[in-house]
Amino acid sequence: MCGIIGFIDRTKSRMDGSSIKAALSLMNERGSGDGAGYAAYGIYPEYADYYALHVFFDDLGEPKKKVDELLQQSGEIVHQEEIPTTPQPGIKKVHIPWRYFFKPSEDLMSGKMASEKDVVTYLVMEVNSNVKGATIFSSGKNMGVFKASGWPEDVANFYRIEDYKGYIWLGHNRYPTNSPGWWGGAHPFNLLNWSVVHNGEITSYGTNQRYVEGYGYKCSLFTDTEVVAYLFDLLGRQHGLSYEMVVKALAPPFWDDIDRMPAKEAELNKAVRLTYGSALMNGPFAIVVGTENGIVGFTDRIKLRPLVVGENGNRLYISSEESAIRVLDPEVKKVYTPRAGEPIIGRFIE
Amino acid sequence: MKTVKIDARGMHYTPLNQKIRAAVADGAEEIILDNILGQRFIGDGLRGNVRIIVNGVPGGDLGMFMSGPTCIVHGNAEHAPGNTMDKGMLVIHGSAGDAVAHSMRGGKVFIKNNIGYRGGIHMKQYDVEARPILVVGGTAHSFLGEYMAGGLVLVLGIGKDKAMTDRGIGSGIHGGEIILRGEVDDFLLGVGAKKFKFTESDLERIAPTIKNFCEQFGYDPAEFLDTNYTKIGPASSRPFASKYVWE
Amino acid sequence: MTLGSVPSKFKVSIDRDQCMDCGRCIENCSYGVYRREGDKILIESRKCTGCLRCVAMCPRDAITLTEKPIDYRSHPLWTREVREDIIKQARSGKIILSGMGNARDLPVVYDRLLLDACQVTNPSIDPLREPMELRTYIGKKPSKLNFRKTESGDVELETKLAPNLKLNTPIMIGHMSFGAISLNAQLSMAKAVTELGTYMGTGEGGLHRDLYPYQDHMVVQVASGRFGVNIDYLERGAAIEIKIGQGAKPGIGGHLPGEKVNEEVSRTRMIPVGSDAISPAPHHDIYSIEDLVQLIRSLKEATEWKKPVFVKIAAVHNVAPIAAGIARSSADAVVIDGFRGGTGAAPKVFRDNVGIPIEVAIASVDQKLREQGVRNEISIIASGGIRSSADLAKSIALGADAVNIGTAALVALGCRVCGNCYRNLCPWGIATQRPELVSRLDPERGAVQVSNLIKGWTYELSELMGAAGINSIESLRGNRDRLRGYMLDEEMLKILDVLPAGA
Repeated sequence: MCGIIGFIDRTKSRMDGSSIKAALSLMNERGSGDGAGYAAYGIYPEYADYYALHVFFDDLGEPKKKVDELLQQSGEIVHQEEIPTTPQPGIKKVHIPWRYFFKPSEDLMSGKMASEKDVVTYLVMEVNSNVKGATIFSSGKNMGVFKASGWPEDVANFYRIEDYKGYIWLGHNRYPTNSPGWWGGAHPFNLLNWSVVHNGEITSYGTNQRYVEGYGYKCSLFTDTEVVAYLFDLLGRQHGLSYEMVVKALAPPFWDDIDRMPAKEAELNKAVRLTYGSALMNGPFAIVVGTENGIVGFTDRIKLRPLVVGENGNRLYISSEESAIRVLDPEVKKVYTPRAGEPIIGRFIE
Repeated sequence: MKTVKIDARGMHYTPLNQKIRAAVADGAEEIILDNILGQRFIGDGLRGNVRIIVNGVPGGDLGMFMSGPTCIVHGNAEHAPGNTMDKGMLVIHGSAGDAVAHSMRGGKVFIKNNIGYRGGIHMKQYDVEARPILVVGGTAHSFLGEYMAGGLVLVLGIGKDKAMTDRGIGSGIHGGEIILRGEVDDFLLGVGAKKFKFTESDLERIAPTIKNFCEQFGYDPAEFLDTNYTKIGPASSRPFASKYVWE
Repeated sequence: MTLGSVPSKFKVSIDRDQCMDCGRCIENCSYGVYRREGDKILIESRKCTGCLRCVAMCPRDAITLTEKPIDYRSHPLWTREVREDIIKQARSGKIILSGMGNARDLPVVYDRLLLDACQVTNPSIDPLREPMELRTYIGKKPSKLNFRKTESGDVELETKLAPNLKLNTPIMIGHMSFGAISLNAQLSMAKAVTELGTYMGTGEGGLHRDLYPYQDHMVVQVASGRFGVNIDYLERGAAIEIKIGQGAKPGIGGHLPGEKVNEEVSRTRMIPVGSDAISPAPHHDIYSIEDLVQLIRSLKEATEWKKPVFVKIAAVHNVAPIAAGIARSSADAVVIDGFRGGTGAAPKVFRDNVGIPIEVAIASVDQKLREQGVRNEISIIASGGIRSSADLAKSIALGADAVNIGTAALVALGCRVCGNCYRNLCPWGIATQRPELVSRLDPERGAVQVSNLIKGWTYELSELMGAAGINSIESLRGNRDRLRGYMLDEEMLKILDVLPAGA
């Protein structure tokens, strides 16, 4: 059981983190105080061309030396600093959150690593599985994830979340079950500009994990949600599927529905199920994904977790509970519940 | 006669076979394939009575699963022409590779010159209605007619001292017959193969096949009708039954 | 004979108080255990195979059958079996022929794998009331899809799908040939798979004309003997399987004893009546992997690329790289037959000693295909000792797309696994061609029994999946996270990529 929130302003008008904190805290009944986190897009305009790498260091000695070396070998660090925090009584600071603004070197781009994003993906996998005492938990451009073990307001205050202004916000209030309540296991899970908040459990995790690991991703954070970020990156970026098609692959229509479709549509849906059967996600889930171009919300195929959508002009809200949306926007106009597996997509207005 | 010409230069076998099928469906009686070089599976699974002229060297499995057509090759053939062929005829104006007429079930394969190893391996037969025939003008290498369960393999040894000088003839044969022109050394016989007396009635039986073969290559059949043959068949229909004891 | 006789395997006795002297035991026993002398039924226990036909048909439960009625001096190394085999071979100098699957008491990996179920953190799904999707497609799948936008702005599929077989349940019946088993046995299974929307294999004995009505649910086999293979046969099949090897006897060919080659078998196989049908160990047009590619493509070319082509191999030590080679060969599915796979006849030394368990073969093949990025190129069909829906679920969780059953389907037809299939005397009318025995098996009733078995397993699989919170078979496939090993050593767990119970 967890509480999730997604927000987008389609005109890229930015909002500070105070109300997302308040909204998330309203859903404390859904959490256990073992983890909370935020993702905010549009927060680093001055470094918009650089990958903002957020890292948990156990200490600033050996782990940081290794990450520094790896990054310097692979590109340019234009700026780095400890992420500003304020001590909170409810949070035991077990990691030092750090951020790098980084640009991969073009020299590295060939073969399997044909783009900047391939290089960054490789670095994330490398650090997270092979550098002890370091975890890259955020690696997008002009965005960042802030997460820790604790209640949402404590985590927000710890990271001074009110100081950030973003046009996409994700928030997550965690009740961990199958994995330890460590900082890296808190949501959102991120890779490049994909960030995922998730309520539920993915019973197909083993299948999904084997599938993405066949493509070079490594699941190293002990939480099923991690794989969702990689699934989006694989299907959405590497295979070039639209968000709608990614959701169709992850939560496809039932075969008997497909059988009733017109031939062409049925063929397309069949092709998606045959090709991406290993990406199909099973079990209870409600998910909001932050992306380069907007947010995507969807639930599992038999609607085992709640998801509510609210709209108000250029603002789209997706949350586990309507009340949280009303905290963010008391004037919200249209509130509804999407159908199981139906993608709710909010894109920026060009 | 409706003739279709196909220039197969640089063509892959799939489009080539598609063109052949299309021509057959269109009523072609003769198809001439020019510039064949290495295309496998020519006439694979093809039905009908069409006559296919192959100019060049076709790839392996020529006429595989073929059921009806006649295919005449002006050149050598590679691996396993007539593989599991059902009906029809292959005429090779040259030599062929290993496993010629592999598991052949019916029809005829005529090779003007020589064939490689394991010619006629596992040829089959049902009664007289499906009785495959392989005729080799020259000679064949080892394991000729291995596992043979039916049909006829005839080797004429034209231009040779002996039709066969390689070992393992009819190894594991449990049906059908291998007929070789002239004498054959006993030590060339494979496991379970046995020589039988070649009789006048045997000659009568194979005479039409000899004549048919000679027609294809312009030989005078008289020479082959007045000569000695050795007939090899199964020593037992169960050559390996005595290998086992029950659990 | 200085060796004397070995003790009989079974001791058969009749409770004379119960016996009503109806003589059904005499009629039913094709091995000649019973005979009538005067007013008495005499018993020759030594002839008994333990097929239990007499027991099943006795109206009074009067027959008792005891296995191993005489003890040898017990010895852990020189077991009874070892000693008897030596005696048999000392007497005959021959290869010991056996039937059915591996009969050695080796640990079964399936029995040491445990399935998962939901508690609290995710809900179980009730498969009878909520959707549960077992539909499985066997064949090549694209590794990614391409789409294009039409002028009207619709999204259209650009990628073309290869032909796939659609299975309503991931259970197929493997290849048991006409010849090895009776036409009535084949008919029973053909009717069942047609009703259920799945498939069965013809085996290598051709497709009898009586099976034509079920051809859309038959996978036709091309084995090294090429029995019954012609273009008509290839076109009739829903798919074509090239048999390279068999789990019960990897590395050697097939052998249908002449006893079973009657007129009908002779016709479909095109070999003389009464002769042994020998399938050579290799295909003599395949001596290398590129030759396999050639055979696959010749079959596809002959059938105009409309049929999936499977390749069946025995699970041998190097199975994973072999399967990876097959995945690159245009084949649409690889069938892996584990060392417990059944057979009508195999040398005992092969049946009991060659090959590896299907469980580890699935795990290593799936892993290798994923490492090499070719898992979508090919489906994995697992076979060889699948006994229950639990084995089925575990096979899929290890990475198989579907399973083939063989012995289980025969047991559903009456087989008691006596293992004398090669003698043509099967009293259940299954592994025999004798008309009087074959007629004991009614294809209509047989079909119901086989269909019931597959239905039962399918229900159970749905329940197992529902309990694990999974409503689509894709999410069980390769989901080793939902398996735990129990009493398996560390190396085995590593190969299976499964955590130990409690972890």
